Amino acid sequence: MSEAGMNIVIGGAAGQGLATIGRLMSKAVVRAGYHLLVTQKYMSRVRGGHNTFAIRMGPEPVYGPTESIDILVALNQETVDKHRGRLAEGGLVLAGDDLDIGDLNALRIPFKELASKPLFYNTVALGVLAATVCNDETILEKLLDETFAKKGDKVVEMNVDVVRAAFDWVRGQEFNFTCLAPPEEDGGMMMVNGNEAIALGALAAGCNFVSFYPMTPGTSVATTLIAKGAPLGLVYEQMEDEIAAVNIALGASYAGARPMVTTSGGGFALMTEGVSLAGVSETPVVITVAQRPGPATGMATRTEQADLDLVLYAGHGEFPRAILAPADVEQCFYLTHLAFDLAESFQTPVFVLTDQHLADSYQGVAPFDLDDLPDVARPMREAEEGYKRYALSEDGVSPRLVPGFGRALVRADSHEHDETGWITEDGMNRVVQNSKRLDKAFGLEDEVVEPDYYGEDAPDVLLVCWGSSLGACLDAMEKAENGKTMAVLHFSQVYPLCESLFMDDLEKAGTVVAVEGNATGQFAKLITRETGFSINNHILRFDGRPLTPEYVLAGLNGII
Amino acid sequence: MVSMEDYGDVQTSWCPGCGNFSILKSVKTALAEMDIAPHEVMIASGIGQAAKTPHYLNCHMFNGLHGRSLPMAQGMKMANPDMPVLCISGDGCSYGEGGNHFLAAIRRNLDITLLVHDNQIYGLTKGQASPTTAEGHVTKVQPSGVRSRAFNPMTTAVAMKTGFVARAFSGEPDHLVSVIKEAMAHPGFSLVDILQPCVSFNKVNTFAWYQERTYFLEDHDPTDWAKAMGVADEFDERIPLGVIYRNDRAPYPLDRQLAVHEYDRNDLKGVMQSYT
Ligand SMILES: Cc1ncc(C[n+]2csc(CCOP(=O)(O)OP(=O)(O)O)c2C)c(N)n1
Ligand code: SF4
Repeated sequence: MSEAGMNIVIGGAAGQGLATIGRLMSKAVVRAGYHLLVTQKYMSRVRGGHNTFAIRMGPEPVYGPTESIDILVALNQETVDKHRGRLAEGGLVLAGDDLDIGDLNALRIPFKELASKPLFYNTVALGVLAATVCNDETILEKLLDETFAKKGDKVVEMNVDVVRAAFDWVRGQEFNFTCLAPPEEDGGMMMVNGNEAIALGALAAGCNFVSFYPMTPGTSVATTLIAKGAPLGLVYEQMEDEIAAVNIALGASYAGARPMVTTSGGGFALMTEGVSLAGVSETPVVITVAQRPGPATGMATRTEQADLDLVLYAGHGEFPRAILAPADVEQCFYLTHLAFDLAESFQTPVFVLTDQHLADSYQGVAPFDLDDLPDVARPMREAEEGYKRYALSEDGVSPRLVPGFGRALVRADSHEHDETGWITEDGMNRVVQNSKRLDKAFGLEDEVVEPDYYGEDAPDVLLVCWGSSLGACLDAMEKAENGKTMAVLHFSQVYPLCESLFMDDLEKAGTVVAVEGNATGQFAKLITRETGFSINNHILRFDGRPLTPEYVLAGLNGII
Repeated sequence: MVSMEDYGDVQTSWCPGCGNFSILKSVKTALAEMDIAPHEVMIASGIGQAAKTPHYLNCHMFNGLHGRSLPMAQGMKMANPDMPVLCISGDGCSYGEGGNHFLAAIRRNLDITLLVHDNQIYGLTKGQASPTTAEGHVTKVQPSGVRSRAFNPMTTAVAMKTGFVARAFSGEPDHLVSVIKEAMAHPGFSLVDILQPCVSFNKVNTFAWYQERTYFLEDHDPTDWAKAMGVADEFDERIPLGVIYRNDRAPYPLDRQLAVHEYDRNDLKGVMQSYT
């Protein structure tokens, strides 16, 4: 443990309720004013197996997940056996007295003594953990009240009693552990995970339609949209398959809805023909693709960044697109909001490319400020006589009308068509319409989100990363003890790229290292394709686990 | 008053003598007789000869992908429930490539009308078997005859208790017009399977073949499910035309036009607040 933060890992079998403990503890930590980052690892099963819920907390912002553990809450023996090697110096194990933990620094929790029924063992663990890290007990009590209010006062009371007993018990123990200094500012932050933030960004952008076919880790974007949006008027439908999910969204978009489609790689593979339809028919749609390891079903609940190529090339024929890849929860919100504006402004598919690690990663963030958000483009509300859906224009963008406003007819087509939407195979028209669509790419390039640069100018080592890998790179830069100057260049928009925004940074660096969560360096290759600059050093992780500073530093050792 | 002429008179790319012409004219007639103006109806279609129909009509239309007209039509309806939605396609598009969507659309029961031009063959791709091609029917790519049993859209739809199930024939345009009107008036998913000769590629199920076999249903109670199953199963020496089955299951509930739906800012702020 350092001044800067502490890493708590709760481990156990699926069905033991560790996510509940983790979520409540995280919220208590956020309410106490700490920054936090949650990394959830779970197996593709409903009961049993081995899952972990890691909470990295600190008085200052924390970025990536980390390997070393300051407090290990072990709900079963497997947790102790698997993670004992990762305990930091002075690390503490919280475990029931029935587990074999050898001579590790530990607090043995008397579950039976602190709770009358096994039903409350979770609350015991939560109370002991909160007390150990010196969390304020009233925060937890209030949280239990909010969480169990629906189940009645009695349930709330019983849980609160258990937490009080746990706090009292911890106070009476002698053990070797020091709490983090409390943060200076307190509370007022939101606790949201990546997928929730995407859903909230969509709602803030006026998204009023979601279609999907369930696939981890994309599903929870839809779940959140429905839970929070349906009471406000959002229309939603679980479709018979992903092909239907994207096509219904396009139909809805044509008729005036602002749709989002959520999926993961395997589901997205099925949607590619629909993506192409969005391209030729110039129908706005935002698609969230939450990556998990492939090929095919791969590892359902693990993480990877290997679907960049899929999303980049999805759909036959040529048409413009934008791909946004948020680094953290905050970017999930703001970039999704932007995605809706881009989709409407350029009448083309826009993607939010995320991954399991970010999807499930809770963070404490400053409340999303709706008043500060720019307006999102909208289709027009009236048309002049002789309206043409695909009218030619300087920038390739035609005025978009939706049916229901006046007498002008809106005719959309998957075939090559003329300005009116009429199907035609005329060669000249083909060239004109195809060029018109491709012209929109110039506008999209003007709107590209600038990559973020952290660290020294002209460094010895420049780490280039995209999407959720930012945290691990920033931490690695901070922790590096190799005597080199370092910097991080992060892309939260991976397509299109705009050379002028980053070429200098690449050229000025001594050694450029691409850090990605895939096996083939897809983003590094994209940079080469777009700029001619080749990146020859790679730190690639594709074991289904998120990048960590430890992993990046170990990789760097082999390079410099 | 809306007239047929309002729907335009467009040059088509269909073969002379094709059953599609009569269906196109019947759609225009039905819309005009229902007093629906071109800007008051949306039409979705897939890909195939039949699916080109909306191109030959003045109307709001989205001509989408092969097999995917139903998901698209449903999205159009969900976004704008105030406007009638027609979905027009071929038997290959609707029952083959789009088979899964056909089943789901029946179950979902949105208020849209599906018109299937059923020529028992693939027209646009030049004569391969479709799901409704009869067993044993020889085609260029099924030289020893189709080995699969033909799909019967009527029995399937009735078995699934589809809200409105009817069969019509392009050779009986007056009847077809009245069935389309009835189908559009039905509040919920309605299916009209329209027998249609393909003069270029289906030399078995010709105009005469259909004419000889089809007859109008009389004294049939379409609300009697068990009887309807029997009628739906008739497709050999005699083929019934008319409303085979109907029920009054409530359609998928929809109440807002998404193009004009805006969230209340305070509600949105409340949503954000729920995460603190
Ligand atoms: C995904 C896809 N697969 C195949 C095709 C090629 N295709 C175009 S029309 C068609 C069949 C059309 O048959 P049907 O739906 O019966 O319509 P018809 O032409 O007979 O009216 C096929 C296979 C396509 N356009 N898209
Ligand atoms: S191929 Fe058949 S279905 Fe198509 S237009 Fe010609 S006759 Fe009609």
